[in-house]
Amino acid sequence: MSDKSVQNGTKKLAVKLGFAVVGMFAFGFALVPLYDVICDITGLNGKTGERVEAVQAGMLVDEQREVTIQFTTRQNDVDGVFKAEVPQMTLKPGEMKLTSYRVSNPSDEVRVVQAIPSVAPNAAALHLNKVECFCFQEQILEPGQTVDMPLRFFIDPKIPEQISKLTLSYTLYDITEKHQQAANKIASR
Amino acid sequence: MSTSSAALDHSHDDHHHGPAKGFSRWLFTTNHKDIGSMYLWFSFAMFLLGGTFALVIRAELFQPGLQFVEPNFFNQMTTMHGLVMVFGAVMPAFVGLANWMIPLMIGAPDMALPRMNNWSFWILPFAFALMVSTLFMEGGGPNFGWTFYAPLSTTYAPSSVTYFIFAVHIMGASSIMGAINVIATILNMRAPGMTLMKMPLFVWTWLITAYLLIAVMPVLAGVVTMMLFDIHFGTSFFNAAGGGDPVLFQHLFWFFGHPEVYIMILPAFGVVSAIIPTFARKRLFGYDSMVYATASIAFLSFIVWAHHMFTVGMPLAGQLFFMYATMLIAVPTGVKVFNWVATMFRGAMTFETPMLFAIAFVVLFTIGGFTGVMLAMTPVDFQYHDTYFVVAHFHYVLVPGAVFSLMAAAYYWLPKWTGYMYDENLGKLHFWMSFVGVNLLFFPQHFLGLAGMPRRIPDYALQFANFNWISSVGAFLFGFSQLILLVVVIKCIRGGKKATDQVWEGAEGLEWTVPSPAPYHTFETPPDPSLIKDQ
Amino acid sequence: MLSKAKLWLSLAVGTLLMWSTGAHAAWELNMPRGVTQISRDTYDLHMTIFWWMIAIGVVVFGVLLWSIINHRKSKGAKPASFHESTKVEIVWTLIPFLILIAMAVPATRVLTAAYDASASDLDIQITGYQWRWEYSYLPQSADEEEVSFFSTLATSREEISNSMEKGENYLLEVDNPLVIPTDRKVRFLMTSADVLHAWWVPEFAVKKDNVPGFINESWVIVEEPGVYRGQCAELCGMDHGFMPIEVHALEPAEYDEWYAEQQQLALAEQELANAELSMDDAMAQGEEIYTASCIACHQAGGAGMPPVFPALAGSEKATGDVQVTIDTLVNGVPGTAMAAFGRQFNAVELASIITYVRNAFGNETGDLVQPADVNAIIEGGQ
Repeated sequence: MSDKSVQNGTKKLAVKLGFAVVGMFAFGFALVPLYDVICDITGLNGKTGERVEAVQAGMLVDEQREVTIQFTTRQNDVDGVFKAEVPQMTLKPGEMKLTSYRVSNPSDEVRVVQAIPSVAPNAAALHLNKVECFCFQEQILEPGQTVDMPLRFFIDPKIPEQISKLTLSYTLYDITEKHQQAANKIASR
Repeated sequence: MSTSSAALDHSHDDHHHGPAKGFSRWLFTTNHKDIGSMYLWFSFAMFLLGGTFALVIRAELFQPGLQFVEPNFFNQMTTMHGLVMVFGAVMPAFVGLANWMIPLMIGAPDMALPRMNNWSFWILPFAFALMVSTLFMEGGGPNFGWTFYAPLSTTYAPSSVTYFIFAVHIMGASSIMGAINVIATILNMRAPGMTLMKMPLFVWTWLITAYLLIAVMPVLAGVVTMMLFDIHFGTSFFNAAGGGDPVLFQHLFWFFGHPEVYIMILPAFGVVSAIIPTFARKRLFGYDSMVYATASIAFLSFIVWAHHMFTVGMPLAGQLFFMYATMLIAVPTGVKVFNWVATMFRGAMTFETPMLFAIAFVVLFTIGGFTGVMLAMTPVDFQYHDTYFVVAHFHYVLVPGAVFSLMAAAYYWLPKWTGYMYDENLGKLHFWMSFVGVNLLFFPQHFLGLAGMPRRIPDYALQFANFNWISSVGAFLFGFSQLILLVVVIKCIRGGKKATDQVWEGAEGLEWTVPSPAPYHTFETPPDPSLIKDQ
Repeated sequence: MLSKAKLWLSLAVGTLLMWSTGAHAAWELNMPRGVTQISRDTYDLHMTIFWWMIAIGVVVFGVLLWSIINHRKSKGAKPASFHESTKVEIVWTLIPFLILIAMAVPATRVLTAAYDASASDLDIQITGYQWRWEYSYLPQSADEEEVSFFSTLATSREEISNSMEKGENYLLEVDNPLVIPTDRKVRFLMTSADVLHAWWVPEFAVKKDNVPGFINESWVIVEEPGVYRGQCAELCGMDHGFMPIEVHALEPAEYDEWYAEQQQLALAEQELANAELSMDDAMAQGEEIYTASCIACHQAGGAGMPPVFPALAGSEKATGDVQVTIDTLVNGVPGTAMAAFGRQFNAVELASIITYVRNAFGNETGDLVQPADVNAIIEGGQ
């Protein structure tokens, strides 16, 4: 092996390894959407999926079982009301139910809020299907406004036998500032 | 037998300049030995700095109540201690050893990419100057633990976090460059006849470590970049308010973090696999299985990360998968320990300082391995998680594990580096003080954790007072004992008994065929293939 | 003989010294067995694996020690030449593997039991805050009042700073403990208002992370009444070491009584919002709350720790427009450690603390803030 061929080999190898580094850097970012996909499939973090469009045809109501669902709410540094209409409800899997959440903006400025849902036990997240909901949506509240936000959902009859109680928790965040920043950025373009 | 290659080297010497004089020698050097030495000195300095932070922690924990520091500063100390020790002491020390020894072990004249080598070292002091300077900034330095979990490290972090992020980026770049260099050197620069399966185990473990570095350091860079975006550009990777997930941070961090653990221990395996056969005067038992075990540990390290996060609330199936995968790691690790013991079995052992450190490594690292298996069991981990039991576990694998192997390596190769034998009495004193100190320091922490003491707290309930007291005494004993090493090294550089080329009676390998001290340029012409032995 | 006496003396002195570091210092070596089925199973699993590890250690270290003693050069040992044996390698790969399987089986069983999701009798939401816990008993019907309270460290700052002797439960005591019934399945829903926390009570073998925006769950059936203590187990900032957990497990009948009382209190609290406070009452209660909840950042005497934690003494926000003070307390200061305390305290408590801050530390504004003023901001908006 001559010196030159060693040098060429080294250069080629270093370039290849450089690509591997860039690839792994990109892979790190790719893990973010990948994680979301895995969570959607497995319910890994108890996040509920996006809204489902309609009830699958032919789904039967399981008359034999009853499941209790609790609705809890939290406000993170947001004042005003944020409360479920009822604290909990008992229903049969496959049965369509409607409830609502009240949210208010007691301030005298327009406020943008967003509610983040989470389900415990997280294995139940996959089986809680929301036909109509306000999750992950920015809600714009006028000063002094109070809104009732509907939640229409059903529980998939395929929910594991042992789960007889689940909790749907919403945390309300004030994202007015973030919203404005985004708006300003668009405006400045 | 050592004269042939050495003579060849000398005949080539006139083609080369010796080392330049003064500071510019070190600033512009591309010589693997110079760079190796700088890495080793740098890591020793960081070891003392990180140790000082640790002593602040142990002083505060000497007694219940707040005596010396505020809780916020205490958190900065735990954070900086972890960061400095992991990224500043242990990793650069192994890179230093790699620089010095890999070319000597495989019969190469230098590292494959010498100029990059210079760069990868010289950006490190800047990274750490940047990081340590955050301690003096308004609001203080990083106070969110070396694992910097979001959102404590993003939304709730002191403003110096941006500097911390840049420092991590620079360290990462340094590690990646070092890793590329090691791989290129090992794959392209081996002397004729040095086949892969004839390489010393230290070279093998470093090759695998370098691949791990290339695979995970960019992910770490990605994670801190996402933090930067969350903090300054309004994204929501880890911010629940914007639909992000703080737990995602932990998944990404430990995807880097678990292989990182093996990055710090695999080269240590290599060092110990070099030292034990030398002083047992017997070939390493099961060389092939050692190579395969190292490779399987590296592979497994990618699929066990979530065992650091058993309490975040994963579904049962996930918990079980990570539990089983983690337990599996005990198998190849066990093979290694058994092989070391089998190497010593029916050898003819002597107990010079490197051997003492190596034996202590085998015993104490195995104790860390035992607690590791215990921690792998998810239901019991719920009790151990984030307590001093975990602190004891990872310090047992990192201090009498990785750090002891570094001490062993320093004593083992010091005569080759300086040309003089070190002071054996001082070396043995250093060993015994360190051995007693490290066990006094970390063994009681097992009890503290089991009794319920969480980690990262500046003050504790009264029932934890006794063992904390003992632990702190051990910490100061261990900490100050390290100054003995500094004395030994300085004495050894200045003179002493001349070292022979082979240095140790049972030593085998190419590095022992060159003169002591190793000349500035070695293996300009490849060594005689007959010098390369089967492993 | 003298030296022996000296040795004993120094040992005795040493032991005494250690004991004197704390009146209740203990030499506890092991994990508690706890008071739930899961905690006992966990303990047994812990001991099983511990003895396995000891057994392996005895064998491996035994061989090592034997070699060190017998196979040393100074004893004239000659090195053997063997250096591989596929048979031996297979044996010591297989044996650990089998041991691991033997341990994985009971571990899987206990873990599956801990994940049991059958119906609970009672659900409590545990929210972590920097640096206190909020316990909310989820109502089962719309006409039930929600029982919810904060639980904060009760150990005094004097004990922590060593200017007062430390009590028995130093750092493990709170003002409002969590109360749960024995023999009923209590489900905990964990979440957080800010950073990560982890709720841990060793005697229950329950440790779960509190993640902002998400809920986690865990459960217990406590079998013995008593007081159980724990701590936050996830680094959550400055006072991570100062947010303990205290749980009182009561007999079911006692618990029901306690819960009914809490229902009454919750109703009464709504009434209280219309109460008129006297200056003395407000200052007294305000000082109490300040010492428990504010002093960590704003320090004694309102000195603060600038620039991170601003001083209150003479500050614009504490002495200027009263509405600004109320707004700061109720809604917090976004982007800083100042949380929105509007939900952490009731209107009376908020009024007291605001009155205190505006009149203590030489801030002699003379203002007396009433619960109604606070409610005006909470409901009316600012």
